[in-house]
Amino acid sequence: MTTAAAILVDGVIYAAWLFVISVGLSLIYGVMRILNVAHGSLYALGAYTAASLVIAWFGAGGAPWVSYLLLLLAALAVGLVLGPLVERGVLRWAYGRDEVVLLLVTYSVFLILEDLTKLVWGVDPYYASQPYALLGRVAVAGLAYSVYDFAVVGCALLVGGGLWAVFNRTRAGRLVLAVIHDREVSLAMGINVPRVYVAAFAAGAALAALGGAITAPMISVVPGISVEIIVLAFAVVVIGGLGSLGGAALGALIVGLVRAAAVHTLPQAELFIIYAVMALVLALRPHGLFGRVELRRI
Amino acid sequence: MRRPRMLGRLRDVVAALAVAGAAVGAVQVAGVGDAAAQARPARVSIGIVTFLSGGAAGPFGVPARNGAEILVEALNEGKVPAPYAEKGLGGVPIETVFVDEAGGATRQVTELRNLVQRQQVDLVIGYISSGDCLAVAPVAEELKKLLVLFDCGTPRIFEDRAYKYVFRTAGHAVLDSVGAARYVLARKPGLRTIAGINQNYAWGQDSWNDFRAAMLALKPDVKEASVQFPKLFAGQYGAEISALLGANPEVVHSSFWGGDMEALILQGAPRGLFDKTQVLLTPGETVLARLGRRLPDGIMVGARGPHGPFAPDNELNRWLIAAYQDRYNTPPTYPVYHMAQAILGVKAAWEKAMKAAGGRWPTTDQVVAALERLTFESPSGPISMSLGNGHQAAEPVAYGVTKFDQASGRSRVVDVVRYDAACVNPPEGVKSLDWITSGFKGAKCP
Repeated sequence: MTTAAAILVDGVIYAAWLFVISVGLSLIYGVMRILNVAHGSLYALGAYTAASLVIAWFGAGGAPWVSYLLLLLAALAVGLVLGPLVERGVLRWAYGRDEVVLLLVTYSVFLILEDLTKLVWGVDPYYASQPYALLGRVAVAGLAYSVYDFAVVGCALLVGGGLWAVFNRTRAGRLVLAVIHDREVSLAMGINVPRVYVAAFAAGAALAALGGAITAPMISVVPGISVEIIVLAFAVVVIGGLGSLGGAALGALIVGLVRAAAVHTLPQAELFIIYAVMALVLALRPHGLFGRVELRRI
Repeated sequence: MRRPRMLGRLRDVVAALAVAGAAVGAVQVAGVGDAAAQARPARVSIGIVTFLSGGAAGPFGVPARNGAEILVEALNEGKVPAPYAEKGLGGVPIETVFVDEAGGATRQVTELRNLVQRQQVDLVIGYISSGDCLAVAPVAEELKKLLVLFDCGTPRIFEDRAYKYVFRTAGHAVLDSVGAARYVLARKPGLRTIAGINQNYAWGQDSWNDFRAAMLALKPDVKEASVQFPKLFAGQYGAEISALLGANPEVVHSSFWGGDMEALILQGAPRGLFDKTQVLLTPGETVLARLGRRLPDGIMVGARGPHGPFAPDNELNRWLIAAYQDRYNTPPTYPVYHMAQAILGVKAAWEKAMKAAGGRWPTTDQVVAALERLTFESPSGPISMSLGNGHQAAEPVAYGVTKFDQASGRSRVVDVVRYDAACVNPPEGVKSLDWITSGFKGAKCP
């Protein structure tokens, strides 16, 4: 019973974290049909920016609780600055080309941002662990957990709920949905599609950076974190179905629970279990659990 | 039209063959001359391969490069204490060519060929990853170029085959695990349960298997409570920490390094992992200065040999600490010591070979012969190339427990125990795992 409870709690915590880091990838694909490899770099930039702000804040003796706002600020700063910059400066020149070309373009952006990160922050680690320890710990199912872990679950619920509300309850969200369904008809109906693209990419970038920012207090921020995350995020969105908000949530939950079950009961399987699940889902549903079959227009 | 074109091609082929033949002849002549005369060159070129990017750069690769730069500069200026006071290598200045180790074993094989065949370095010092070491060693042998492995841990290099041109001037990973098992049992003689969290690749698996085998050889009734193998660079260890807390072992062994080790500490400490169980971090010395107050007290740490806070108080060590601290404002960690061992070992062998050759510049084969079974001084004390047919160093090892020092703002190690090389290394010609499972036959422990 304790093991089952631990699997559930660990699985949900990991799933929440996974959802935050991968939902932006799904959003960008849904709106723009771009598989954004640079998502990993934006995650890393979010982590580095957040770590720098938190370190500077605590160095200056600032109020500890403000550090949580700094994590949010870091995500917004990266998303709102780099998102439009990458979309207007690079991606828009490749619109209309094959998806593989766009994939390669985002890969080149990934490499550029990787070097940029190394240029700015170097290769030494950054520690911003204060927000992780600040909230204390709580016992669940006989095990001690950091309260911050549950704050990440709350953050994931807010992000998921917020995105759902934007898409289903606001005019701007419905415009985005229109572009997702048919870009050409949306253009014909007078929707400013380039603006939707900029907004969607900036939002996706901010979500990637938010993933990095909330992760920064849990890790030492070092070079290479971007590569690990992009593979994981791809697995999650592919399981759920590319471009689907609900798919990203379900994919994250499946991966989180399956991984936690492996860690607690069969640790040797942890390495491949996520990809085994991905392979199984793709074998049964090639477009993912929530993916739609695309009709080729000729 | 067809015939003249074919003739033309034939002419081209003949011309190309002639040029190639001349080039081969020139190389052969140069080779003969190289072996016979060995005139003293204007400089000695050393290719140094270490991680300059990726997750291993911060904790290992860059400190190793920094150490190499400091040491080579000081050697060229004749500022290193005795017995290395002579400038450069035998009076000839050293120049370095740094190469990034990132990119995997296949890339490193190409890079090694580039270093030797295009950049024409005189020798190569390098490699932190065991996978890279295993891949490049046969290539150096094929190229007949001196290769000194400075940091990688796998014992398989010299246990699986013999090399003429390949050396390792640092101890292999078995001493970490055997020393760790001896230290744990010395402090917890009634130990009943152990657990492990190690990265799921060769280093993590070998480290755990060696530690587990050593522990069982020393205390057969020890049981495994939980064995975790998360993916390398996983970064998130929430579920693993829960599993360890739930299993409630007396000791948790980890060979985690770099960001993974730091993430485990940062995530485990707020959840009470280090309060509830005795954690042992075999390469933990690398975070003593970096994590500061974030590093809990009471963790058992090692430094893959007698390095850093475990190093002896000799003149070379005092010089290295002062020089490194002065330039980088942090004390040197074990990768710096491993790099120093490699460079100083080469210098000792080079100058020994020169002396044997009557002061003439030595050939690679003469340097290789001089380095075999050599004992040389280092900041970590004397290093003996006594294993692997004289190609593998046997180092002592030391372990201690972390204790935060308010004055310096860094953790230091207390309750240090040092184990001699003959106590934690298998005897010459015996494979490590066979030695451990035999109950450490031939080990000389005090």
